[in-house]
Amino acid sequence: MRRFASTLAVVALLSTVPLITSSNVVLNFLVVALLIALVGQGWNLLGGYGGQYSFGHAAFFGTGAYATAVLQVRYGINAWLGFGIGIAAGALVGALIGALSFRYGLKGSYFALVTLAFAEVLRIIASVAPATGAGVGTLIKLDLRPEAFQFQSRAPFYWIVLGLVGVSLMLVRIIEDSRFGAYLVAVRENEDAAEALGVNTTIVKLGAMTISAAITAAGGCFYAQYFLFVDAGIAYGPWISVEALLAPIIGGVGTVFGPLLGALVVKTLGEFAKLATGDAPGLDLVIYGCVLILVVAVAPRGIAGILSDLRHRVLAPKTAAPASLGRGHG
Amino acid sequence: MLSPAILLAAVLNGLMTGAVYALVALGLTLIYGVLHIINFAHGALLTAAMFAAFFAHKLLGLDPYIAVVFVAPLFFLLGYGLQRFIIGPAAHGEDRNILLVTLGLAVVIENALLYAFRADTRTINLPYAFDVVEVGPAFLALPRIVAFVLAFAVALGLWLMMRWTDTGKAIRAVAKEKLGAELAGIEVAHIYAVTFGLGTACVAIAACLLIPSYYVNPHAGNAFVLIAFTIVVLGGMGSVAGALIGGLFVGVVESLSGYYLGESLGQISIFVMFILVLLFRPSGLFGERA
Repeated sequence: MRRFASTLAVVALLSTVPLITSSNVVLNFLVVALLIALVGQGWNLLGGYGGQYSFGHAAFFGTGAYATAVLQVRYGINAWLGFGIGIAAGALVGALIGALSFRYGLKGSYFALVTLAFAEVLRIIASVAPATGAGVGTLIKLDLRPEAFQFQSRAPFYWIVLGLVGVSLMLVRIIEDSRFGAYLVAVRENEDAAEALGVNTTIVKLGAMTISAAITAAGGCFYAQYFLFVDAGIAYGPWISVEALLAPIIGGVGTVFGPLLGALVVKTLGEFAKLATGDAPGLDLVIYGCVLILVVAVAPRGIAGILSDLRHRVLAPKTAAPASLGRGHG
Repeated sequence: MLSPAILLAAVLNGLMTGAVYALVALGLTLIYGVLHIINFAHGALLTAAMFAAFFAHKLLGLDPYIAVVFVAPLFFLLGYGLQRFIIGPAAHGEDRNILLVTLGLAVVIENALLYAFRADTRTINLPYAFDVVEVGPAFLALPRIVAFVLAFAVALGLWLMMRWTDTGKAIRAVAKEKLGAELAGIEVAHIYAVTFGLGTACVAIAACLLIPSYYVNPHAGNAFVLIAFTIVVLGGMGSVAGALIGGLFVGVVESLSGYYLGESLGQISIFVMFILVLLFRPSGLFGERA
């Protein structure tokens, strides 16, 4: 249980927020930030640990969102069941795209391009297909019962998304410590070397992409239930692909808490931008883009990297001074 | 089924559009060929250039075909500066970082335009915008014919420049053998920036050719950039001839599938083609084997 201690502590701490405040503004802010953290954790597994930078995670987010919404509205399937099916559908889409891309050896910018193209194809299909409500989108009927995955207040939504984030944190922690995780990092660092050492890199990447897609799809399912509306631009739009990679890269790419840290920082910046300019369209994304470039330029390991540097700097004098005592490294 | 005359008209129209696609793709392929990066900011720069051409007409009364003389050099400088002072230093020589930096630039440029000009779609009215020329069975809009001719003139000019000028030779040297070029006294960072500037200037010219018959809004460039990616991959990353032929081909495919499948599904055919080419022949139809 020790390896989950930090995760459990963070989740426990965050879970007290609705007990302290019932402000809808605060809760809504945190729900959206946690949603981005969840979607970003999906990206982080594939991009951060596996080094495969996807520019099209909207494909999984959108599939989860549409599956949840359409199954309820058109087929009368229970929302909780729809939620599960949505995650499975997202994972399936991830596995399919992954199988195609990795089988043909797409890497680096080619992989980024092909994921982007798949997301765009799905967006165009969703914007014309009758099943998805075409251009109008799909509206989930208001039905404020827990059985329908709808709640009177925001607190239950908050706990649910926090729970999902908690699960994703633990999942990534487990993968980090596992053989599969080691293979994945080996693929990121040097794919040819990993292959030469007998790692089946295609299977490893495919596995990572499927889990990654499932996590991101869970974010999409939650989005549909929380906002009760989905259309092609929201579900498959480039905005979510950008936010999915923004959070882990700003927070610390390839670290367990990176996406959560990054999402909180990104959304806080966005809120400040809104306060400063009165919700002008586009400005928040201008700031995100600048922060993205800045982080890549000066702090490639993100906030987590800065924090660990700081910790080392603070601890450095302590370990340097009693060197004569022959103590081991702290 | 369509009659041969309509089919031919569709093909001709596709060729006209394809020439502009080719010009956008030319900028992308040039940057890829030398810097070996995919410039995700290409579409946003196209949008920015379209706005520049729009306001040159609206505020200064400049015809887009005259404005191009100013817009192209301006965007050359912009591209030079972006590569020299932002992309180059920020990327630390890592491909993954370059992807993120150009994506970041795209997000910044596109949303800065959205912030400044809102999501409104704008068009300009030119006296000749609706003039048509009869070519065989088809009536082609005059701006599209001008775009077709000028796009090829630019491609030819670029080819001549690469072939005969010192800068062109330096660019080719850097593309082939970066270290060797550096040892021979070529300043690689400068050549990289020049190349990025040239690619951006291509986009600026394409924007001026587009604006008489097209609209501009903060997302207008996106429609072109994925098509340009398709063309570049299809024609082989870094291949100028491939970009031209690929551009015309994609223009025709889009036009024909538009006739058969309707506007939005017609777009899908491009992406499907793109995905297929990426999967089965990522080195392109004319590119060298990776």
